[in-house]
Amino acid sequence: MAIANSGLINLGNPQTLPPDWPGGFWWHWVLFTIVIIAVVIVMVMAFIYMARRQIGRMQSRVGPNRTGPFGLIQPIADVLKVLLKEGIEPANVDKPVYWLAPIVALVPVFVIFAVVPFTDGGMLADLNIGILYVVAISSISTVGIFMAGWGSSNKFSLISAMRVVAAVVSYEIPVVLSIAGVLLLVGSLSMNDIVLAQQDTPFILLQPLGFIIFFIAGLAEISRSPFDLLEADSEIVAGFHTEYSGIKFALFYLVEYGEAFLLSCLITTLYLGGWRGPALPEWLWFIVKAVLVWFVMVWLWATLPRVRIDQLMALAWKFLLPLALINLLITALQVLALPEGSLWIMIPINFALTAVLILVWSKLFKLGWGRVEV
Amino acid sequence: MTLALSGKEVAAKLEQKFADSIIEVNKDSLLVKSESLLELISFLKTSPEFRFDFLNTITAVDYLEYFEVVYHLTSMEHNHSLVIKTRYYGRENPAVPSIVSLYEGANVQEREIYDLMGIRFENHPNMKRLFLWEGFQGHPLRKDYL
Amino acid sequence: MAIKTEPFVLNLGPVHPSTHGVYRMRVTLDGEVVVDIEPVVGYLHRGIEKLAEERTYTGVIPLTDRLDYISSMSNNLAYVLAVEKLAGIKVPERAEYLRVIMAELQRICNHLIAVGSFFNDCGAYFTPFLHMYREREKIIDLFEMVCGQRLTYNYMRIGGVSQDIPEEFLPALEKLLEQIHRSVDEFDLFLKENEILLARSRGVGILTKEKAINCSITGPVLRASGVGWDLRKADPYSVYDRFEFDIPTGSAGDCYDRYRVRIEEMRQSLRIIEQAVKQLPSGPVKAEVPHLVRPPAGDAYAHIESPKGELAVYLVSDNSIAPYRCHIRPTSLLNLSALRDMVIGWKIADLIIIFGSIDICLGEVDR
Repeated sequence: MAIANSGLINLGNPQTLPPDWPGGFWWHWVLFTIVIIAVVIVMVMAFIYMARRQIGRMQSRVGPNRTGPFGLIQPIADVLKVLLKEGIEPANVDKPVYWLAPIVALVPVFVIFAVVPFTDGGMLADLNIGILYVVAISSISTVGIFMAGWGSSNKFSLISAMRVVAAVVSYEIPVVLSIAGVLLLVGSLSMNDIVLAQQDTPFILLQPLGFIIFFIAGLAEISRSPFDLLEADSEIVAGFHTEYSGIKFALFYLVEYGEAFLLSCLITTLYLGGWRGPALPEWLWFIVKAVLVWFVMVWLWATLPRVRIDQLMALAWKFLLPLALINLLITALQVLALPEGSLWIMIPINFALTAVLILVWSKLFKLGWGRVEV
Repeated sequence: MTLALSGKEVAAKLEQKFADSIIEVNKDSLLVKSESLLELISFLKTSPEFRFDFLNTITAVDYLEYFEVVYHLTSMEHNHSLVIKTRYYGRENPAVPSIVSLYEGANVQEREIYDLMGIRFENHPNMKRLFLWEGFQGHPLRKDYL
Repeated sequence: MAIKTEPFVLNLGPVHPSTHGVYRMRVTLDGEVVVDIEPVVGYLHRGIEKLAEERTYTGVIPLTDRLDYISSMSNNLAYVLAVEKLAGIKVPERAEYLRVIMAELQRICNHLIAVGSFFNDCGAYFTPFLHMYREREKIIDLFEMVCGQRLTYNYMRIGGVSQDIPEEFLPALEKLLEQIHRSVDEFDLFLKENEILLARSRGVGILTKEKAINCSITGPVLRASGVGWDLRKADPYSVYDRFEFDIPTGSAGDCYDRYRVRIEEMRQSLRIIEQAVKQLPSGPVKAEVPHLVRPPAGDAYAHIESPKGELAVYLVSDNSIAPYRCHIRPTSLLNLSALRDMVIGWKIADLIIIFGSIDICLGEVDR
């Protein structure tokens, strides 16, 4: 029976930072709270800058390059602009719902970072239910977005809110099933253990199908292109954040990019080997890998049109869900059957199966149901 | 090349059926009485030697003694075209039969003519103003508007 | 047991990122499905037809620029053809060829914008849009070389064109034709087989042949439904009968076919321009026409194949210096006649795509 961490559940790596690292529990907590907030905000601004430059190059133009050297001050200018704008509030909004929505959407994003390992054991709390905590808390953001859509007293926002709920609920299942595939290989729910278990091979090689499913489903959850119909600005003006301006809009903007950073961190941790890497310090490897994932996400954003809501749902239920189940089944069979230390055999088998399954399954299902008789 | 049928040719072919509706015939157009407009255009649309299935445009002109409504028709099959005109003498409540039942493209054009010229089209499903707002008084394109 | 739902009315108001101008639709929706639409136009009504009665015949030409402001050359052409038909003015050969070159370059510009905006409505975040605008910039630079303007050209005159082309024009045009040929092929290569585009636009918003002809629809929308009716071949004006080109038609009449027809039309326009440049004679560019034109009393109807469809001008004259009545056939307004039937049963996202694939310009709708 093969598990990637050689049969141990709690990997006691001697270099792992202890859970009360600088000097006791409270100092650890204060340090990492500051680190998390600083890192998230700085990385979100860095992601905004990188996205704008990259999209600019892909659209045969230069991105922002006037504010500061190479436009590096641009995200600060953006943030200042958004914060200084007037917060226009429509007359008949549902006040408590409208005001609380950005906060309810934003706080879970920060809270999940408590279990993301920046270096070996370098996290706020190495919970032994790490990944379960992530999955549970990440759904709370959706409630905030739905509150925004309802409280805005605007039919466009309401349509967007309905789409968000439908999409997020549908895509939770492929996400969780592909995470389950990784967990079968690790044997532990702790995020640091997941990274430690990738000492020989990153899980992207052992679980290509799971990676693809997690990536696509994750994109749909955070409503990034090609699934950005949840806030599609060519159809429903701006979706759930149409009626928000000023600081409340800044919070939603932070939610959007914060969730993108979160998804990049999760993919890095689960599939790309987290903070593992030669030469460079560990947290730098983590950041590099997260940036790489973001690069691919912006690439998809710049080049693909968006799908329609019924096509989105068809993709979740008829394509990703069966494939995620099959992935789980195959992984389980391989973990049971293969002897200890020979996980590398899984790599070519899994790649071949991924290619065959995706090619065959995509011919078998009908994307959306087109015109409805009225 | 689209052959612009002359009024004389068409009048000759229309013979007895519409002989009393045609008021005037000249080189490039046909002037008909507005009561028989619908029947005439329906005949032109369905008869196999004409087959005018495409309505190019409907225009209204305000000659001060009368309003004239001009129809340009084309046949894609035979590649010929025809101009039909009809008049309403007088300035109060001008009305002309509507050809929406034959060509759907006439819908917005007739609404526009009602909006800007004031000519009502009978049996039009939605005779409302098109460009100007509902409470607007007057019809701007008339010669006596400003 | 079906859930009882209630339709609600959504106002895709005059100010909307995807209505190509100030076009308002009151859409009745049942969930996401469109049940009914009621268009409301008139937000850009400037009274061009009434203004035309106050100006001299030459003075109406700048007014026609602002009709379909994306393709001004075509609007100018339709109007001056009507005046020349009425007054019996013969246009010199060189002017005719220059008119054809400008009109076909204008067609390429328009279709670049149309396809770019179509992809924008599909959700491809401005990328095809900006690439196509880059090509359009090169064409507009040529227009600026000729008449000094980038958007509202005011180039055609009664009896010819306003000024001759400078010497740099033809070499720049030769270079540009090659570049545009390559770019159109490149765009086609990237966009033709995109899975998401096919899923969004194949079979969406079908317009049948009979309905299209009945609703007086013309242009690429009509040709995509399978009717091979192009005024440049059916009723050639100017010198179009001297060129060899094909008329691309679609078969299904859906949004994808309209997109393909526009791409193919760009290629055919390039063919026409190449032939026109080869055959370009020398000579005067404007007939000897008095400054204040006084056509004899009568009426004339001149139509051209503008990039959006059949653009026609019906001109009535009473032998004075100003037109008695100048009516402009609203191509875009008529192209929208069938919108309700094309859209019912589809979802909001499809409504936006279908509307974008018809390619209208509000200046022409409202005049």
